[in-house]
Amino acid sequence: MIYPILEVIGLVNRFGTQLVHDGLNMEVHEDEVFGIVGGSGTGKSVLLRSILGLQRPRAGIIRIGGRDITRMSAGQLFGVKARYGVSFQQGALYSALTVRENVELPMIEHVDMQPAARSELAMLKIRLAGLPADAAEKYPSQLSGGMIKRAALARALALDPKLLFLDEPTSGLDPISAAEFDELILYLQKQLRLTVIMITHDLDTIFRTCNRVGVIVDRHMEVDTLEGIVNNPHPWIQAYFHGERARERLLAGLPSPGTHGT
Amino acid sequence: MKIATARLQALDLSGAWRLHEFIKQAHAAGVEVAFEGSPPDQLRLVDQTLRGESPPCSQLTRPIPLNPIEELEAPALRSLEFLGRHSVLYARDLVRDLAFLGRMSVTAARGLTSTRRLRPISIARHVYDTGITAIPIVSLIAFLISVIIAYMSAQQLRNFGAVVFVVDLVTIGVLRELGVLLTSIIVAGRSGSAFAAEIGSMKLNEEVDALYATGVDPFEVLVLPRILGLVIALPLLTIIADIIGLAGGALLCRFLLDMPLTQYITRAQDAITATTFWVGVMKAPVFATLIAMAGCYRGMQVRDSSRELGRLTTLAVVQAIFLVIFADALFAILFLELRI
Repeated sequence: MIYPILEVIGLVNRFGTQLVHDGLNMEVHEDEVFGIVGGSGTGKSVLLRSILGLQRPRAGIIRIGGRDITRMSAGQLFGVKARYGVSFQQGALYSALTVRENVELPMIEHVDMQPAARSELAMLKIRLAGLPADAAEKYPSQLSGGMIKRAALARALALDPKLLFLDEPTSGLDPISAAEFDELILYLQKQLRLTVIMITHDLDTIFRTCNRVGVIVDRHMEVDTLEGIVNNPHPWIQAYFHGERARERLLAGLPSPGTHGT
Repeated sequence: MKIATARLQALDLSGAWRLHEFIKQAHAAGVEVAFEGSPPDQLRLVDQTLRGESPPCSQLTRPIPLNPIEELEAPALRSLEFLGRHSVLYARDLVRDLAFLGRMSVTAARGLTSTRRLRPISIARHVYDTGITAIPIVSLIAFLISVIIAYMSAQQLRNFGAVVFVVDLVTIGVLRELGVLLTSIIVAGRSGSAFAAEIGSMKLNEEVDALYATGVDPFEVLVLPRILGLVIALPLLTIIADIIGLAGGALLCRFLLDMPLTQYITRAQDAITATTFWVGVMKAPVFATLIAMAGCYRGMQVRDSSRELGRLTTLAVVQAIFLVIFADALFAILFLELRI
């Protein structure tokens, strides 16, 4: 049986009496950009943390590359972690290390390489994320918000993952920087044949980049193509996609999300 | 030279970069490289990126600052509810304490199996931060404390005509108890708080999560080096404090009590033995472990807000000092029973 690259079945997450997810299902296929949308407090971050193995769900199956990570030991999970890249919302760069060292750190932990070659490869990843070469020796505190996002992306790409998780990739960016970042994600997705899973609030980002969208409503997920989800009758989804900002987008005509994959 | 690509199934970016470097070296050595079949796409990507032609970008701009969210004050609780809630909380805390201790032991045991996992460079940094940089303040305090003891005891003992016993009081007091105890308290204030604050702010920045997500054990890279660093640094600081304390005592006896230096030394040699010194120094690694664990543990508990960081840093220092004094009391009883 061929599994999708990421599969979540019947996920249940609960904190005390608060039920966050109740039987959430999602499926992500290779070479697509999958957007996760939901109101504040609907558990988008909890979902991401569950998928990354940062917290164990109460029930459910999470398969990455066909292997259920909820039943893995820490040692087995280590191997899986080398296969995906994560870019956190605030960047989560290690503040004591330069950008280049940040990108090198996953390589040091997972790959046996000559230090000189490793730092050159890290430079390639930094350039690929659209950062100027002189940014490599800067510390995270010296970077602007847009550069932090790019540095975090460079680190996420350090181990040549097939699967890329982005948590709010364009939050805190002005619309122009956000648009450029979307372009970058699409470019890298195409060039490196990545599967991208992003959590986002940004309607522009969704319309520009996503093939399919999953909306977390009522503790489960409505998954559909971009065209399909816009016409979903659920009130929250209607409000989200047909609000003031979204209407302008829709009036301008629904753009076909770029050609992904090959 | 020819490179055949017909049977190439997959090539990731790192592989393409290696190939790119290889071809570059070949060119530099004057070897012609040709592809049999089409050159892989990834090679073109590497080439473009290194020449700065891709990705398409970029005008980078400043971020929009996000407003911090105020925490809400919990409503006043009735006394019974308060009692119940706190009993549950303390019980849960106790379980967490034990879990931390267990995690720590497992990491330490694993760390001892290989030097790479032990992170010697990191340990050295912590020895420097917690030990070397603390020498001036530790010396000063040891000096002042020995002066205070000598001065006060001289005043009292003079009434009995037993001024010479000032030497006993200073040397035994400093070597057995005060040297190590005061050093530990200073270090708890300096380094216990630093540990909690460093690790705590890493937690706030999601840096600890990032370590977990990359498959790096934060206990191994953050907690263990700090504990081992302090276990090395504190005994050395204690020895320095002992030396300075004895010297301070000697100085005071010489100038205030007009006791010749030779008499001080003879008297000191009568009063103390090798065990007096070791009793003090051997407590240092134990105190170091307590201080470092309190600091790291509280640091790891920080989440969500910077207020939490302040609260737990304070707690780390208070608990470290409490644990040190409590352990010292246990040591005192133990040594009494052992007649050391």
